[in-house]
Amino acid sequence: MFCRPAYKQYDDCEVLPVKVTFPHMGHAWICLSAMLEYLGVSVVVPPPSSKRTLTLGVKHGPEFACLPLKLNLGNFIEAREAGADTVLMAGGCGPCRFGYYAQVEHAILEDLGHHYRLVVMEPPQRHIGELLAKIKYVTGQSSWWQVVQGIRFGYCKARAVDELEMAAHRLRPREAVPGATSAAFKDALRVVVQAGRPADMPAAVARAREIMAAVAVEARPVLRVGIVGEIYTLLEPFANLDIERRLGELGVEVDRSIYLSEWINDHLFLGLLRNMRSRRAACRAAAPYLNHCVGGHGQETVGSTVLYARAGYDGVIQLLPFTCMPEIVAHSILPRLDIPTLTLTMDEQSGEAGLVTRLEAFVDLLEQRGKRRVSLPAAAPA
Amino acid sequence: MKPKVGIPRALLYYYYFPLWRAFFQSLGAEVSLSGPTNKTVLGRGLKQAGDDVCLPVKLAFGHILELAGRVDYLFLPRLVSVAPGEYICPKFLGLPDMVRQTVDGLPPLIDTTVDLYRRHSSLWPTFARTGQRLKCGRWLVYAAYRRALAEQGRFESLLRAGRPPEQAMALAARDGNEQPPETAEQPLVAVIGHPYNIYDHYISMNLLQRLRAAGVRPVTAEMLSEETVRREAATLPKRLFWTLSRRMTGAAFYYLRDARVQGMIHVASFACGPDSITGELIERRARREGHVPFLNLTLDEHTGEAGVVTRLEAFLDMLQRCRGGGVPAAGPCRDGAPAAGTEETAGRAGCALPALVPSAAGGGNFR
Repeated sequence: MFCRPAYKQYDDCEVLPVKVTFPHMGHAWICLSAMLEYLGVSVVVPPPSSKRTLTLGVKHGPEFACLPLKLNLGNFIEAREAGADTVLMAGGCGPCRFGYYAQVEHAILEDLGHHYRLVVMEPPQRHIGELLAKIKYVTGQSSWWQVVQGIRFGYCKARAVDELEMAAHRLRPREAVPGATSAAFKDALRVVVQAGRPADMPAAVARAREIMAAVAVEARPVLRVGIVGEIYTLLEPFANLDIERRLGELGVEVDRSIYLSEWINDHLFLGLLRNMRSRRAACRAAAPYLNHCVGGHGQETVGSTVLYARAGYDGVIQLLPFTCMPEIVAHSILPRLDIPTLTLTMDEQSGEAGLVTRLEAFVDLLEQRGKRRVSLPAAAPA
Repeated sequence: MKPKVGIPRALLYYYYFPLWRAFFQSLGAEVSLSGPTNKTVLGRGLKQAGDDVCLPVKLAFGHILELAGRVDYLFLPRLVSVAPGEYICPKFLGLPDMVRQTVDGLPPLIDTTVDLYRRHSSLWPTFARTGQRLKCGRWLVYAAYRRALAEQGRFESLLRAGRPPEQAMALAARDGNEQPPETAEQPLVAVIGHPYNIYDHYISMNLLQRLRAAGVRPVTAEMLSEETVRREAATLPKRLFWTLSRRMTGAAFYYLRDARVQGMIHVASFACGPDSITGELIERRARREGHVPFLNLTLDEHTGEAGVVTRLEAFLDMLQRCRGGGVPAAGPCRDGAPAAGTEETAGRAGCALPALVPSAAGGGNFR
């Protein structure tokens, strides 16, 4: 009807994908490659996003596209060099630009002479069969039961990685030896990555927890800062210049408003798992400041900031890629909320020194404000 | 006393003003439109809106501020969707909230939601709620709604006939069946851009008038029927979910295949999200098909008039060359195409320009 795919149709395609790749988004590759490899799909994980990835993306991507598109494009070009021939991506139906990423990136790759097969997991327009056909195309001979098991395995890994990240956020501002947390986190992550079967997961998680628990800590006062914003810049350390580690080293305990497993629960399992933080609470909290969904994570950004203010956090940092539409709407509302906020716009021009200076200044301000609040107990409640 | 309803001359004013004007006037309200854009309006908008916001929204802030002191209500609908399965843009969705949270001293906002996202949804609930805000009876509101739809219909058919929006608005209000304007045999240049960019004289630096003065007839997406645009946009690998961008892309694809169209100008505003995606799609298609020269103009609050004029002149010169020789000639233009007559073009034709080869014309921006 509307869609006339220029790329291969899934239903009648005889050729099965040989090597599947996907864009990087933080540690999402651990979850995705676990799931696909469990289902017997051969996976090419693109090299971690680097300056080169970004340079490639900036060179070939549209000038005013947002940072994630450029990095995705760079990932695909680098994965091509490693032999990938099929791109697996998520889609969407607006109003955020992400919904059209896959098609634009595919057109650019075609013009560059990188002929990829494109498989986009779109929310079905007419019936669920469209989505199922694509899953079947990628997973080949696996039964539906195996597919479900694969997704469960991937989700377990996402949970494990998120747990480690949260532990790292808690430990880093309190660590006795600078850098000990980051080293332990790296080791623990490796243990989780190496778990090859669902049956290995409990042991791997236990081992990873042990590694994190072994980090020596000191009791000292810390500031608490929430990080909100657009999901890709939140989850991808390369895109946000490793802001969580930097804040941790400045003595700040970080809480991120979106973790991968929460996102999976909200968007793929439709919020079926009840014992998790959900976007619904954030969207409810966004009223009366922002009363309508604006695509992306705009409403969640406003809502999470409100929730952090209520929970007594010292400050909130908003991260967004340059020209991100939903976050710009949220950005104009944040100053009205009763909590100090810092908005950081990330793009290919972002420099490390500039970021560090601004973070240090922000942390200094929060410290001063905290002292003043303690000395003036009669001040208005936060 | 008649309540005064303010409507900013910005954003989708260029598409829906007749609808809103007829509705409020039929309800007995006085409609107050902000003045044409000028330096003061833009300056106030820039000061008020956030840094990252795109130019049209900054401009909308300026128009809202202009109205704020002198109206009883400010009509600022939340335009979620105007066609099934499509949105406008996230900033339109959040505009009433952005305005409410950043501007102080506003009159009461009428920010009813326009949402036609689901199939078979209707505009009536929006109008019913708007009428309620003005405390009007249901039958009166319904009669006003019918009248507004009729006027909007007249306006749209005038647009299709090639009238610029502001002229069509005036004609639609008079209820006259005017003859379509004379269409002389002039070369056509497609101007593809958001209506609030290309029809705002100040923001677009009089782009359309400049083209007319240079002896070419600009054609825009608004002159094509919805069916044509939809059919052309359906050649994309995936349905576009922004209404304005789908119109622009469909129109661009249509004009790229139209033999009468000699050039295409894509007007984008700096940091416009949808433009960054659809501009890329249009440009790639234009380059692949490869016979319509393409100029990409990006507008922002720092755009200098001289820069735009220079690029436009270079582009028009090149079109003239293409027209004259079939293939772009490398030497000075001597084909004497009928471009003289206005100061601008006469001055340009009179002076002996250095050999402008097409590849150098746009300074790297022309592809």
